[in-house]
Amino acid sequence: MVPSSGKNLNVPAPRHRPGEEPEFDNLDIPNAGAIARPDVLSDPKEMFAYANSMIRVLNMKNNAVGEWDPCLSADDLRKGLTHMLTTRIYDDRMQNMQRVGKMSFYMKSRGEEAIAVAQAMALDKKDMLFPSYRQQGLLISRGRDLLDMMNHCLSNSRDNCKGRQLPIMYTWKEGNFFSISGNLGTQFCQAVGWAVASAYKGEDAIAATWVGEGTTATSDFHHGMTFAAVYNAPVILNVVNNQWAISSFQGFAGGERATFASRGIGYGMPGLRVDGNDFLAVYAVTKWAAERARSGGGPTMIEHFTYRAGGHSTSDDPAKYRPEDEPEAWPLGDPIERLKGHLVEIGEWSDERHEQAIKDITALVTKKYKEAESYGTLTSGARPEVSSMFEDVFKEMPDNLRRQRQQLGV
Amino acid sequence: MVQAINSAQDVMLERDSSVVVFGEDVGYFGGVFNCTEGLQKKYGIQRVFDTPIAEGGIIALAIGMGVNEMRPVTEIQFSDYIYPAFDQIVSEASRLRYRSGGEYWAPITIRTPCGGGIRGGQTHSQSPEGIFTHVSGVKTIMPSNPYDAKGLLISAIEDDDPTIFFEPKRLYNGPFFGDPKAKAQSWDNHEKGDVPEGHYTIPIGKAETVRRGSDLTIVTYGTMVHVSLAAAELSGYDVEIIDLRTLTPLDIDHIASSVCRTGRCVVVHEATKTGGFGAEILSQIQENCFWKLEAPITRVAGWDIPYPHAFEWEYFPGQGRVLDAIKKVMEG
Repeated sequence: MVPSSGKNLNVPAPRHRPGEEPEFDNLDIPNAGAIARPDVLSDPKEMFAYANSMIRVLNMKNNAVGEWDPCLSADDLRKGLTHMLTTRIYDDRMQNMQRVGKMSFYMKSRGEEAIAVAQAMALDKKDMLFPSYRQQGLLISRGRDLLDMMNHCLSNSRDNCKGRQLPIMYTWKEGNFFSISGNLGTQFCQAVGWAVASAYKGEDAIAATWVGEGTTATSDFHHGMTFAAVYNAPVILNVVNNQWAISSFQGFAGGERATFASRGIGYGMPGLRVDGNDFLAVYAVTKWAAERARSGGGPTMIEHFTYRAGGHSTSDDPAKYRPEDEPEAWPLGDPIERLKGHLVEIGEWSDERHEQAIKDITALVTKKYKEAESYGTLTSGARPEVSSMFEDVFKEMPDNLRRQRQQLGV
Repeated sequence: MVQAINSAQDVMLERDSSVVVFGEDVGYFGGVFNCTEGLQKKYGIQRVFDTPIAEGGIIALAIGMGVNEMRPVTEIQFSDYIYPAFDQIVSEASRLRYRSGGEYWAPITIRTPCGGGIRGGQTHSQSPEGIFTHVSGVKTIMPSNPYDAKGLLISAIEDDDPTIFFEPKRLYNGPFFGDPKAKAQSWDNHEKGDVPEGHYTIPIGKAETVRRGSDLTIVTYGTMVHVSLAAAELSGYDVEIIDLRTLTPLDIDHIASSVCRTGRCVVVHEATKTGGFGAEILSQIQENCFWKLEAPITRVAGWDIPYPHAFEWEYFPGQGRVLDAIKKVMEG
């Protein structure tokens, strides 16, 4: 065999590697406000253009413009900003605690906070969430106590998952937040099943689910899209295109050939592409999709065009596979800075209030963390009862598990 | 047995509006083996419906519906097609209750025809139960007759944990004793072919002794129960036969009490031998009965090869192989 030189073979490669100057001149980003907001029951066949453009509300001068402006009150905007700040400060604290050995693992959502926070605010509390692992903003926006989130991450005596799950694989039934799997994409079609059941029962609660762009390569993604389309499921199918799946750029999921939103077209559902760092646009698009689903219009697929500003997890160093300053070069900015800029622009926020908010949230996170540690960490202090590890395999414990528990002496 | 399986679903659809039945071709057509025939007409298109050809999607759909307070009964058309759903069964349905600290669970039933003897070749004949008995969090069931099938299927549907219900397709229309040349029998005159109307259950996790004896115990399930019964008759020995009915959780106490009494044991299944569920049964017997054993335990199983189309009956562990094993254990 001759050395590999086939000119018709393409193995995708990102535009920049470490040491190179990052730039995103190739991106075709329309102006904020440039795209019309269609009727929520529009025929998907008339919506192809939405999959290849990008819905944006906040322009780079911090003004909200165009038909998609959800016209949120200043209170709601501040609430969104606070949830995003809380998410980021919480993430930073937890990552630091992982670095000092208090937990095994962590995943931040830096740069993607607008997606989870705006979507949680746009949905009803009765709507069921089937997230992936980078939507902690959903929990925070729905009011889950940070203490409970930390207790889970520390696998301590108050962890509602009883020490069985990796940190950040949250479960919160009370908040209609599903159990995060850890196997990518498995929740996508499960969300469709939940939504089908809601429609079967004649209820108007809908489901929403999230995967990253890398996960669109899985069969689960295809199953979710197909089943949602076939049964007209009231579900929002979100693809968070943060450009990176660990070290593999979006080209390895087919992103060089077509937008991820355009996947929706082939299934006969609207595919909306939205600026994922634009809180207002994400909110507006989610409201549109939710209203469509509740009105019997069925599923919508949303591609959130964003950028993973941190590593994939605490287990990888992004400087080894992309330029260190690539996050700063991202042309759509930082979601927190953009919403803050907008609030300041409309006279409803200030740098002083922002600094104060950061201080207050940091103090809250510190206080909550201190309390969480008092209930134990993965490596010290209290943990769930060891005997509980044999529970919940089945509703009732069968004899073989009872015997194994006795063998362990617990 | 087809009617018994149909009846179990009929009973549950009637009793519980959270029960829905779906899978490939199960709706209008009634399933490729007719196990859902007439159910769509009776209960409507929203309760008994066809699905896309995507087993992983079928099980994922069922899990999501189960989380939303429903009780889905799915059909995987052939158990040979269950592998695309493997991740959804193993990583999702089976572990949901555990990983969520008991907050969520998936009360789903997965019906699937298994086993050979119908000229199905290597993609319509497999017995993959041993792949699932290795998984914690899912119950695996395989009935050998219509009466058990109905009672066990109702139990499976009512169970709050995921269950895989393997249906030996060679038994759909009558008992099969391992001789393809013998005249086919129907269930009409079989004592377990008489299936009551209405609701009744057979508990999951309980084996049944279907032939009493004192010389040797055969532990088996599915089609091989009937083959073993026929071989026992031919052997001249006083053979006890246990039909497991449920594979996991395994009723080891029932097995051990028999083997400790007879002192001899043959384990029989149609699935391939190496790493099969028979190995687990054998290990547990050894752990529980070693000092009572009078001969090595023997396994009769399918060869460790794919199920070959033209050599179906050389593959199938028929009466002769069971008989040889009985003699070996009895006579050394």
